[in-house]
This record gives sequence, structure tokens and C-alpha cells, in this order.
Amino acid sequence: MNSTNSHTVIKTKDLSIGYRKKNLVDLVALEINLEIKKGELVAVLGINGAGKSTLLKTLSGITKPIKGEVVIKDKKIQNTDPSELARSISLVLTEQALSRNLSVIELVALGRQPYTNWIGRLTNTDLKKIMYAIQLVNIEDIRDKKCHELSDGQFQKVLIARALAQDTPLIILDEPTTHLDLFHKAYVLKLLQKLSKDTNKAILFATHEINLALQLCDKLIIIKDKKTLYGTPAELIKSGAFNNLFPGNLIRFDNDSASFKIKQ
Amino acid sequence: MLNQNKYTFSIILLFLALILSGLFNISLGSVNIPISEVISSLLGLEVEKDTWKYIITNYRLPKAITAVITGSGLAVSGLLMQTLFRNPLAGPYVLGLSSGASLGVAIVFMGASLFGASFAVVLLSKWSLVIASSIGSLFVLFAVILASIRLRDTMAILIIGLMFASLTAAIVSVLAYFSPASQLQQYVFWSYGSLGDLSWEEVGILGIFWFLGILISIGSIKNLNSLLLGEQYARSLGTNIRKNRMAIIIATSLLAGSITAFAGPIAFVGLAVPHLIRQIIPSANHLTLVPAVIFGGAILMLLCDIIAQLPGSDYSLPINAITSLIGAPVVIWLLVRKRKFNF
Repeated sequence: MNSTNSHTVIKTKDLSIGYRKKNLVDLVALEINLEIKKGELVAVLGINGAGKSTLLKTLSGITKPIKGEVVIKDKKIQNTDPSELARSISLVLTEQALSRNLSVIELVALGRQPYTNWIGRLTNTDLKKIMYAIQLVNIEDIRDKKCHELSDGQFQKVLIARALAQDTPLIILDEPTTHLDLFHKAYVLKLLQKLSKDTNKAILFATHEINLALQLCDKLIIIKDKKTLYGTPAELIKSGAFNNLFPGNLIRFDNDSASFKIKQ
Repeated sequence: MLNQNKYTFSIILLFLALILSGLFNISLGSVNIPISEVISSLLGLEVEKDTWKYIITNYRLPKAITAVITGSGLAVSGLLMQTLFRNPLAGPYVLGLSSGASLGVAIVFMGASLFGASFAVVLLSKWSLVIASSIGSLFVLFAVILASIRLRDTMAILIIGLMFASLTAAIVSVLAYFSPASQLQQYVFWSYGSLGDLSWEEVGILGIFWFLGILISIGSIKNLNSLLLGEQYARSLGTNIRKNRMAIIIATSLLAGSITAFAGPIAFVGLAVPHLIRQIIPSANHLTLVPAVIFGGAILMLLCDIIAQLPGSDYSLPINAITSLIGAPVVIWLLVRKRKFNF
């Protein structure tokens, strides 16, 4: 851990990820070495089933690593207790099981749970952080609405505000742009970029929007064939990482425009 | 500004309504006692007639307290189950607790004839019913807790609870089929539910269970709120899902199990009161909902008891029928009027 500098939010050392089923180990990716710093926006890319969600789950402490370690705040993630972890990492999930009877402000306020007392009473500091989070994602106008009244795009912003209210150095989002149209996809990712710069938080998300991610992210993680590549968009393009990202002869990566094209 | 005290006024109103329904409940019955006399009696002052004082202290007051405990306890366990299972149809029944209690009682009443008449005399005391239904509830509770230790999925527990409910119902049917009419009738009378047969001593014991159950529920308020986001989010907020789930199941069992043991299987209240309260107080925050549901459940039960007593007459109706007869149309009316089901 001597190599960790004060700007590192999370890092991994020879990390292998996957699932344990009784005695069998289902390995998804191995030898992952990452280091994410404050204020960085990082996307995880890969085809369906490549292991994007597994990586995010392992980094957020939901799934245990098969090998190697995840280090957050100079401490192994396995040795961090849940309430401490809740102050280090906040999540935005694709899970839709949450009660839509919550009002926007109630939902955002739940982000303060790791800091509130035994009954969940909000202090003035909590209220300030909640209002600040609501301002940051620009949802003041809908803050008293019920979540079942919101569009998908608005709801996604509310979930991001909740994560911001949790006030953690790292925010992890699992496919925050699914169900959104092109405009809202760009809007949400642009918002994430702005937030990472304004709040100096590290933001890590999985996405299929490679073209947008290339334009907006500081770093990219590509998972392919159980291997991961990590670097800035320019480095990865230069190394040809995108050329074989997708199987078959359907689409190709055009280095000049830094985007995918259908093969003619 | 996020006003945490937005609904304090509504809760104070509910509390005042609770006091009023309590006074009316004590005042009305086969003999109607003026409210002013009820108040002086409760305050320990002189009362016009000694018989009134006797009726109030030995009959009406314990019955009213039982109604408050029953209504509030069932309503809170309904709220806990609805949040835990994130299912608007959940109530204290879904864990199969009441079915377990019914099985215990059915075995006492109807099984007694199978074991011989002399045995039946020993068994058919008031306390044997309480013990039998408690054992029945506990049996199902342990099965559910064992299942919840083994299973990660909360929905699986819901299904197991429902399976226990139909299993016990089936055993009760078999027992009923082979029982003589008199014993069957006794069982049926128990299943009507009753608030009025409790002595002060019994009210005290029920009160202890109620107090413990409510205490655990209040301690779970913060975690219940995090569960509104789903289990994954709750975990990411630092909630210990298993410990929390166990606390909620134990609170529900203490409440629903003891209430069913003393007052019979009272239907409807646990399911309906949380929905009625959500119509009045459109908040999902359990810090508001738990006290509101406690008062709301108590009010509903007191009012239903007034109707069941048919004030001024010597007859009384089974409480279990009244809760559903009055409550179901109210819920239907509210939902149809609002056209939107908020959960």
C-alpha cells in the first residue's frame, strides 16, 4: 500500500473476479489492476456477459474476490464493515424493486442513512447535503413529486442525487443509461462528467454507450475474454483495444472518428 | 425544505381521535354510560352509580385496552410485513402465524374428543386455549425462522408462510370433519374472535408481548426505511439485511401470535390499516407511518367493537365479522375514489 497516494480512491491488486458455486469457481476475469483517483470519470465497457456487473459488484463489496484484493481507503474491502463501507461507496443500481411511493426528496434523504442516528432523524447538516445533491443534478422542480410520477430520465437523476447525498468518495453506477433515449443518455453521462469535476468524487459506471464514453471519460476499463484493459481513451484507441471488442464481421472501429461503423 | 414534522399534526389528530373513540367505546354498550361519568370513573372520581363503576373497571376498560392492543398490534405487524415483502397484499397472516394458532386451538377443541372425554375437561380451560394457540404460532414461527436462516430470498419466505397457512388449514378441515358438532361449534366460536373475555391479568400479559413487539418495531424504523429501496440498496447503506429481517419477523410474531392467542384470529385489520393510513398520510417514511398505524389500528378496532356491541341491545356480534364488514367497503371506496393505489 506504500504506492497508494492520497488521491487514490480505490485500487485493485491482481484481482480475479467470478462466482463460487460450492466447490466450483466460475471465473469471469483475472489479473485486474486498477487505480481510480479523485475526480475521475471511469466507464466499464464490454459485451453482454463479459463481466461488467461482476466487476462492479466486486468493487462495491457485494461479491467477494476470487483472488487478489480490492483496497479502499488503504483498507482491504473484506475487512471494511458495512457501515464504514456505506460512507465510502454509494450505488446506483438497475434494480427496480424500490418503492415508487417515496417522494423524490424522501428518496434522496435515504442517502443520509449511514450518518443518521438510530431512528434516522436528519440533522441540519443532513438537510444541507440533501438540498445540495438536489441542486447538483438540477431536480429542484420535481422534489416534492412521488417517484411513480417521474419519467425514466427524471428517475435516474433522482437516483444519482441519492448517491450524491450519501457523500462518498466513490459512486458506482450499473448501466445508468438503459431505458433512456439518446438525448437522455448523453445528458446523464454529461451530468456524471460534470459531477466528477464539480465534487471531485470518483465515478465508475458500466455502460454500452462506447461512443459517448470515449468522448466523456477520463479512463476506460475494457473487459474482453477474461482480460481487462485499463487506460485513457486515447491510449486504448492507439493500442487497438477496440478493434476486436465485438465478435464477427458486423461492426468495426474507425480510428479516425473514434466510433464504431457497420462493415459495408 | 424537507419538513420532517410535516405530518405531526395529522398524528396528533389521530391521537385525539383515539382518545375520543376510547371514551365512546367505554361509554356505549348494553348499558349506556354518559361520557362525563366515564371520564370521572377513569380519573378515579365519584361516579353516580356504583354499577357503572363496576362495569367500567371490570368489563369495559379491559375490553377497550384489549381493542387498542389488538388493533394497533395487528396494524403494525401488517405494515412490517408489507415493507419486508414489498407486497401490498402482505399482512400478519402471510407468515402463517394465525394459521398456526388456529391449528393449536383446533387440536385442543376437536382433538380432545379423539383423545377421550376426561382429557377434554382438563384441556378446555381458557389458559389451555392461549397456550395451544401460542404453541401453534411458535411452531410456525420457528419453521419460518429456520427457513429465513437458510434462504437468502425474502420472497421464498413469503411463499413458505403461505404454504404453512394452507397446510394448517387442511389439518383443521380434517379435524373438523371427524369432530362432533358441539366441539366444532366451540372452535367456530373461537374463530369469531373476541375482545371481551380477558381478565386484567390476561390483559397485562398480552400488554407485555405487545410492548416488546412495538419496541422492536420502533427500533427497526430506520432499517424499514432503507428496505423501501430494495435489499441491494439497503445493504449499500450499511443495513444488516438478515439481522433486520429477523427483528421484523420476531416483532410480527410477538404481536400477531399473542393477539391471536388471546383474542382469536382477527382478520383484515393487519392488511387494511396500513393502506387506510397511506390514504390519509401520503408518506412512505416509517417514522411517520409506525405511530400513525398504531393509532389508526387502535381507532378502527375500538369503532368496530362499538358496532359489534350493538349499543343499547343485549346482543353482540362477532368482532371478526365486523372488522371485515365495515373495513372492506371503506378500503374499496377509498381506492376507487382515489383511482390510484399508492404503495
